Amino acid sequence: MTSGATRKSYDGVVACLPVTIPYRRYSTNSAHWWIGRALHELTKRAGLRPKDIDGLAVSSFTVGPDTAVGLTQHFGLSPRWLDHIPFGGASGIIALRRAARAVQAGDAHIVACVAADTNHVDSFRKTLSTFSRFAQDAVYPYGSGGANASFALITKHYMNTYGAKREDFAKLCIAQRDNALSIPHAMMKRKLTLDEYMSARPIADPIHLFDCVMPCAGAEALLVCREDTARSFNLPAVRILSTIERHNAFATDPMQVRGGWALDAGELWSMAGLTPEDVDFVQTYDDYPVISVMQLEDLGFCAKGEGPDFVRSHTFTNDGTFPHNTSGGQLSVGQAGAAGGFLGLVEAMRQLTSQPLGSQVPDANSCLVSGFGMINYDRGLSSCAAILARVA
Amino acid sequence: MTQPLVRPKRKNPLQRTRLPLSPQGVRSRTAHGLTAAAAEGRFALQVCLDCDAVVYPPRDACPSCLSARIPFRDVDPSGTLIAETTVQTSTDPYFRERTPWRVGTVKLDAGPVVVAHLHGDAVEGARVRLELKLDKSGSAVAIALPEKDTPNMADDPHLREMTCDPKFRRVLVTDGRTPVGQAMAQAFSDTGAAIVFVGLADAWKPFPGLDGLRKVERVEIVPLDMTDTESVTEQAEQNGARIDIVVNTAEHVRSGGIVDRHGLTVAREEMDVRYLGLMRLAQAFGPILRFRGADGVNSAAAFVNLLSVHALMNWPTYGSYSATEAACLSAAQCMRAELRPGGVKVLNVFFGPLETEWFQTVPPPKVAPATLANAVVRALRQGTEDAFVGDVAEDIRQRLAVNPKALEREMAS
Repeated sequence: MTSGATRKSYDGVVACLPVTIPYRRYSTNSAHWWIGRALHELTKRAGLRPKDIDGLAVSSFTVGPDTAVGLTQHFGLSPRWLDHIPFGGASGIIALRRAARAVQAGDAHIVACVAADTNHVDSFRKTLSTFSRFAQDAVYPYGSGGANASFALITKHYMNTYGAKREDFAKLCIAQRDNALSIPHAMMKRKLTLDEYMSARPIADPIHLFDCVMPCAGAEALLVCREDTARSFNLPAVRILSTIERHNAFATDPMQVRGGWALDAGELWSMAGLTPEDVDFVQTYDDYPVISVMQLEDLGFCAKGEGPDFVRSHTFTNDGTFPHNTSGGQLSVGQAGAAGGFLGLVEAMRQLTSQPLGSQVPDANSCLVSGFGMINYDRGLSSCAAILARVA
Repeated sequence: MTQPLVRPKRKNPLQRTRLPLSPQGVRSRTAHGLTAAAAEGRFALQVCLDCDAVVYPPRDACPSCLSARIPFRDVDPSGTLIAETTVQTSTDPYFRERTPWRVGTVKLDAGPVVVAHLHGDAVEGARVRLELKLDKSGSAVAIALPEKDTPNMADDPHLREMTCDPKFRRVLVTDGRTPVGQAMAQAFSDTGAAIVFVGLADAWKPFPGLDGLRKVERVEIVPLDMTDTESVTEQAEQNGARIDIVVNTAEHVRSGGIVDRHGLTVAREEMDVRYLGLMRLAQAFGPILRFRGADGVNSAAAFVNLLSVHALMNWPTYGSYSATEAACLSAAQCMRAELRPGGVKVLNVFFGPLETEWFQTVPPPKVAPATLANAVVRALRQGTEDAFVGDVAEDIRQRLAVNPKALEREMAS
């Protein structure tokens, strides 16, 4: 599948200015409002005028009927580089890697990457029923359980195949909740016990309440620019060592047990010049804990099928071994639509620049962030990952 | 093991009637290829004519070779249920009041993976066979059944949502004077219908078969004259709220064409009995059926039209008759749209010439009334929407699909 050509490095390009507009369970505001708050926060904190932003990447499910083009007029921007990336949980890293290339090639100077979604009382149901043509034709009419039902089938099959137990998923969820306790805007910041996890009400067997993210409204954003540009604005920044992206990998697997990471992880590590042992923390995309376990396997932290054992041998807390989803992930903070695809990335930038919202991972110098998105029919189609490092 | 259905008690008149809801019925145009197959009880998926790949979900190009030549074809419905879940929380109001609801992933031997509804006897890891059914929205869905039939399997609550099984339901056969009406009464009685109302106009007029009809278990003869609006309305007021399946057996068969016929008397009678009769029935019973589409185990389920297959292509020997049947077919399509909000199916059963006196001069093959009646019961149990009974009906269906113009010419000879 690989072309044989080596990927060019991202030398000289950085990500900076992680922005989070605190989440709300429901919002009467539109997605435009949330995107506007994020852009305002970016410009205000960087000391930029809106016209200084000459690149824009937008990710949102609920901004319709607008696309990124309409938003330029809405917000009075005149970018010379524009992208619309409504790829759900893969939005953040894909926005980052495209923006980085644009900056590197000189097509844009400062790119604002923004993800935001609103959550009206009935918008979740509407999003589910019209998510994709295959969802409309071949999933939603079957019990209308949404992503919960689809991931229940994937989780059940993974448990049957590799012997994972609910307790293993509980461990990840509980550790993430511990990490979220110090995050001010987390939707759920009460300690989660094993007993509460195990006895939570079933949603779609084996998925129970605490395996599910809480849909909410919110926004995440960041800037991509040259390292010297960031320095001139006095913004702490992180370096991009390597990235990968893949869609519809392993299409003939009858059931999803792996994502595109398994195809591209080798290149990811070799481009970064690191091995899985070298990174100090990991942010996986945690729409459901089984997907986090798959990422740990496919990205090389353990072999396929060894995920359950790997989970049993680490704490995953910020102060323990293998810090993972260090702000609590979507399972604790909430899932603000496409902003969920930015959550791990923005948090990783904060850790690597020693500006955490919650607790700091000790000696955090490099990390892996991965994304996953778009359950079009029976599986998530998009996978991506990036390795980031502190600017020395 | 499916729990056998318990005969429902008499309805408490003080209890609120549960209103019908539908699962989402919106489909892409291509996906309605599944609906076409489900309507006839076939299992068909897209098959690539260039690379033989079997394709699901429905697409507009083959995902193996990008060919656009991917028509729906009957394929092997067997496979393995590789994972199952029970949906406890649904965002859709229809499923919300029906949870827990089991769904699963079936790997078909033919290739693709199908997310499907699960019959209670289909278990994870086991072999299953898929069927396409029309759900309450009228669109096609797949349901996984156990590989081999199991006891009482038609009573499974998920499956019964997608069929119109007459068991414990109450049926109205509109005209008991004809051999078809009498055969219908017998067939519904045999299949476990709770009561079979059989309509009779001018009951004082004797006719062959009356004694036999009276002896059929659970048959209740009621006054009903399909040419009299007042009579039809009165019957609906009397029994409409406890009728779940209406089978219109009113018939009017006369030979003769359009040009070579003198006057309009016969045509007018034909239209009065068949087309206007159907409208009288639809207006009197339709609204009650639609309201009662989710009214428990014996909810309103179906309206059955018996149509000459010549509704689809005129047979000049019976030219005016064919035209009247075509009018009824068109009305039935309208009724489908109007009854769909109640989840009530309109079943059209197309038959070739019958083994009755009105087709005396027609050579065989002909359809015996009992054969027609059994086909109606079978179609209701399967939940199909179009059925073809007899060799002539099947022959015309196939020729129509290949070349309607050729069929038109050939019907004249």
